[in-house]
Amino acid sequence: MKQYTLDFEKPIRELELKINELEEFAKEGKIGLDGEIERLRQKAEKQKKEIYSKLNRWQHVQLARHPNRPYAQDYIDLIIEGFEELHGDRNFRDDRAIIAGLGRMKRVSTSSTVDEDSDDFRVAIIAQQKGRGTKDNLKRNFAMPHPEGYRKALRVMHLAEKFNLPIITLIDTPGAYPGLGAEERGQAAAIAENLFAMAQLSVPLVAVIIGEGGSGGALALGVADRVFMLEHSVYSVITPEGCASILYRDASFAETAAEAMKLTSTDLLGFKVIDQVIKEPVGGAHTGIEAVAKDIRILVSKAFTELQGIDCDARIQARVEKYAEMGRWIEN
Amino acid sequence: MAAWFKRSGKPLKSEQRRDIPDGVWIKCKSCGDTLFKTELMRQKQICKSCGYHFLLPSEEYFKLLLDLDSWTEHDAKVTSVDTLGFKDTLKYSDRIVKYTKKSGLSDAIRCVSGRLDDKPVELAVMDFAFMGGSVGSVVGEKISRSIKRAIQNKTPLIIVSCSGGMRMQEGIFSLMQMAKVSTALVTLSRAKLPFISILTNPTTGGTTASFSMLGDLNISEPGALIGFAGPRVIKQTIGQDLPPGFQSAEFLLDHGFLDMIVKRTDMKPKLSNLLSILTPRE
Ligand SMILES: [Zn+2]
Repeated sequence: MKQYTLDFEKPIRELELKINELEEFAKEGKIGLDGEIERLRQKAEKQKKEIYSKLNRWQHVQLARHPNRPYAQDYIDLIIEGFEELHGDRNFRDDRAIIAGLGRMKRVSTSSTVDEDSDDFRVAIIAQQKGRGTKDNLKRNFAMPHPEGYRKALRVMHLAEKFNLPIITLIDTPGAYPGLGAEERGQAAAIAENLFAMAQLSVPLVAVIIGEGGSGGALALGVADRVFMLEHSVYSVITPEGCASILYRDASFAETAAEAMKLTSTDLLGFKVIDQVIKEPVGGAHTGIEAVAKDIRILVSKAFTELQGIDCDARIQARVEKYAEMGRWIEN
Repeated sequence: MAAWFKRSGKPLKSEQRRDIPDGVWIKCKSCGDTLFKTELMRQKQICKSCGYHFLLPSEEYFKLLLDLDSWTEHDAKVTSVDTLGFKDTLKYSDRIVKYTKKSGLSDAIRCVSGRLDDKPVELAVMDFAFMGGSVGSVVGEKISRSIKRAIQNKTPLIIVSCSGGMRMQEGIFSLMQMAKVSTALVTLSRAKLPFISILTNPTTGGTTASFSMLGDLNISEPGALIGFAGPRVIKQTIGQDLPPGFQSAEFLLDHGFLDMIVKRTDMKPKLSNLLSILTPRE
């Protein structure tokens, strides 16, 4: 994968390149550079921590969209064993913006972080999938699903319900696709039906926002018993660009709109819209996907264990009550 | 297809502004006829020449659909709050004050218990005059309370939608209203009580992608713009003009997303008949 560097990543990237260069030099044995290399390493680490400790909301958006950011399939490869992808909505076509499938996930006991090999979850996985590069992105439609994508998701949810499999969704989409075909085939109805169905599914549902959580297109996989968010992912009612072009009449106000909408994992945890933030390595998930995948697996596994301990009707009731609480208003 | 669909390429907001009668007369944007404002209101905001349905205020829907003086309004004191400290060209807190004054409404929806041909119903009517009928926490909460009352009193629920979508000024809270109302509708559905969704011009965005499309019956007024993405956004995406009639009620009926299209003036008898079939007589 070609490395892509965001503007605010550049000072760190430059130091890293310099360290590499010096290491090459040292390898050739020309001069002893250990001290210098160590000094630069420390400097790079310090700078990295500093930059990542005070990211603004727009920088979070940039990280959430980072071309090197791990996508759904990358996590599935690390989290799910024996993954079998299932295709099609049985009606119109297979929407590649959404991956759906079945597999197994190792169970982690609630009290420890040690894997217990003896036991595992059979699970259903549904996710939006971004493409890597132009060709792949055309196939994936930039992770912007059509109605048939949501209907594929719904089909697999009902399959999961029938065979009593908990469902994990990985959310990463700029939003549902705003096109002619999508409207003709009922984008709105497809999203609405998913919200309605997820609210009453008899199996546990855990959603993880791994990149962009964009509007109704994200929410159509996002009604869940537990919602987790990767540290640098974002979740909002509309993209910052969309918000800017409507409210500020100018898409170039995206940065301002991102600030105004308060769309980071910290914001949403504060609003109690999500249940937990999954930390990313300093530098973002793309600098250490294994650790992030492991944390997702541990957290989701614990949530499933906990949720499976609750009676089905009580679980649905709790889901209903959770969403009933959402919102802020005053009453005089 | 009626001529008013030619507007679909233009921005919605200015169109809607023209929709609100100003002064003594108004020009019908569909047929161009000059209509007298008072006469138009007497005709339930329907153009006498071409049948175009202008915006109808929420209060008028109560008169249109419910028996005379049969309704009680609920939760009128639930009002919006600026949780995010949101500011675009105006602070959200100021915008709330501005629209409250301008529209005389407390938010974009009014909810009543009333009687329709003597049948008790919960009726929630969205009003475009308050921030384009955008859905924020207040709309979500008030619909949820209507649902609770419907379950408690074992009555049907009718929602009249008229909305540009989610209220961006409330950020993620507005998105969550889609989940909140859809989830609450599950409780209504489990109680086997009818939910009739009436879609009017316009119903777009997250409103359509949640409760407006979840009716046991989805009924639209003629010519209503109904969709998820707005015409302007789609036009930008595909880089060409939209086909005539795209996203109209008639288009949605043809594509299978509506049960029927009913003229505003025929709505009450239609609802009365449908409800009498869906609910057993006591
Ligand atoms: Zn006319």
